[in-house]
Amino acid sequence: MNQSEKEQYLREYSILKNEGKPFFPYAVAKDSIMAVIVMLVIMFLSMEFGAELGPKANPTTTTYVPRPDWYFFFLFEVFRVMKEVPKYTPFAAIGIPTLCMLGLFLLPIYDRSPERLITKRPLALAAGLMTIVTIAFLTVEGSSTGSPNEVQVTPPSGLTASERTAFYAGEIVVGESGCLGCHLIGDYGNNGPGPPLTHIAKILEPGGIAATLRNPTAPMPSFAGLAQQSPKKFKYLVEFLSLLH
Amino acid sequence: MASVPKTPLVPEPLQPTEPDGSPMHPADALAEGGLTVVDWLDERTQISPGLRWMMYRKVPKGINWAYTLGSATLFAFLNQAVTGVFLAMYYQPNVNGGAYESIRNINDNVFLGQFVHGMHKWGASVMIVLIFLHMGRVFFFGAYKYPRELTWIIGVVLLILTLAMGFTGYLLPFDNRSYWATIVGVNINNTAPFLGPYIGDFLRAGPEFGATTLSRFYAIHMMLIPGIMAALIGFHLYLVAKLGISAPPWLKAQEPEAAITTVEV
Ligand code: HEC
Ligand code: HEM
Repeated sequence: MNQSEKEQYLREYSILKNEGKPFFPYAVAKDSIMAVIVMLVIMFLSMEFGAELGPKANPTTTTYVPRPDWYFFFLFEVFRVMKEVPKYTPFAAIGIPTLCMLGLFLLPIYDRSPERLITKRPLALAAGLMTIVTIAFLTVEGSSTGSPNEVQVTPPSGLTASERTAFYAGEIVVGESGCLGCHLIGDYGNNGPGPPLTHIAKILEPGGIAATLRNPTAPMPSFAGLAQQSPKKFKYLVEFLSLLH
Repeated sequence: MASVPKTPLVPEPLQPTEPDGSPMHPADALAEGGLTVVDWLDERTQISPGLRWMMYRKVPKGINWAYTLGSATLFAFLNQAVTGVFLAMYYQPNVNGGAYESIRNINDNVFLGQFVHGMHKWGASVMIVLIFLHMGRVFFFGAYKYPRELTWIIGVVLLILTLAMGFTGYLLPFDNRSYWATIVGVNINNTAPFLGPYIGDFLRAGPEFGATTLSRFYAIHMMLIPGIMAALIGFHLYLVAKLGISAPPWLKAQEPEAAITTVEV
């Protein structure tokens, strides 16, 4: 905006402002109604969902799958995706959010056009919508794909369609169940205290795998609870492991 | 003895009276008393012109519900402050038998404890939603343009601080979820180029994640950031009032010649 555009804006604004209404009580009334709505929503959420507390922090467990609050899911997702290219992880994890924040911070410095109507700012409209869609997408992804602990192994060739479904579903269950805290699968997880599972199907029959999961030797936790609560997940888990030749 | 004097030794206190001297109705007297107090305060603080300026400033016509999102964010912030004070009365930032147990105690024993805890927890989410909606409104209305650039820049700082509140608060209950998520968060900070290790060190308060980490997060969460935020919100609102709330971008001012007659200066 150059000087004359600035003066033009201030002139037009003072006219519009003078035609307006006093802040009290007109704007205050709307703000108060909004405040009551916000209060009711917060109270409803508190009564409906409470503030449940998980088990006490256990610094020695390695099986816990860390989850941030939902509004950090998008960051988590950026981090998870970038983890696959280890060379860029540091820059991605902090660099991308920092750049985005800087872009936001400096917005009024680089966007100096006097136009304010969004329909006449196609670039701003596109950038704004893109940002919303991207953040929403990353949040949804971040909420469904467990955590940095997830597995992505290429399925062996020659699978039937149903085996393939079970393979992908089982991969997710393995990620959720924290097996990677103690086992290695391909490039994922920790090597120890459990043996690598990369080729577990060579050692154990599906029945043996299921038996191990239900009735393991310590320190491995038993997954009999999972088999009882969601037999389907348990089935996928066993099928997935039985395909790791 | 001739006669007892009529006037008592202790004179009766003066009663507030109407201008004509008749005694005042007690309710009126109370109102009068209130006004006297207000006058007394105003004579010393001289605050009323400022208040009048704040409250009776004009807002442009065409202001709609999207303009309430900023004050809704402010309200959510106040909710966090009030519920946070009550939680702080019972919370103990102590790793070994303190933090987790004190939150348990709040949830299970303290009167309305879980309700207040829940309001703080969900209030955080509501505030995040509102701050993003408010920012979206400002962005799509072009309200960050001249002369409101500084209002926007302070807003972005407020956004970062709000997210930092979410991050530091998440550790405090000290359950498995908060512990491990915070470890991951600190580790992510740690891997940042250049400053990363220093940020990580600062957050952990040392090379190990331990007792001092929790007190550090607590101090940051309940004193450092809220203090800065309160000051910045004050400045944000001062700028909003000083510059005036932007008019909806689709409204066009009348031609100056035509308008001049309708404007009283
Ligand atoms: C707390 C660590 C831990 C977790 C979590 C864990 N395991 Fe184990 N697992 C072990 C250990 C240790 C052994 C070896 C036990 C033994 O000596 O027989 C083992 C053994 C096994 C075996 C038998 C391997 C063999 O070669 O005989 C299978 C199969 C297995 N785990 C699968 C899983 C799956 C699937 C999960 C997740 C659902 C899982 N484990 C979670 C620690 C763990
Ligand atoms: C704690 C957080 C915040 C609080 C309490 C707050 C409060 C307010 C209030 C009450 C207004 C008055 C007008 C309205 O409600 O729309 C306002 C205006 C404004 N806010 Fe915020 N805000 C916050 C965060 C932000 C953020 C994150 C941004 C942008 C990055 C921002 C940018 C602006 C701008 C540019 C205006 C002027 C808008 C206009 O004049 O139309 N604010 N803010």
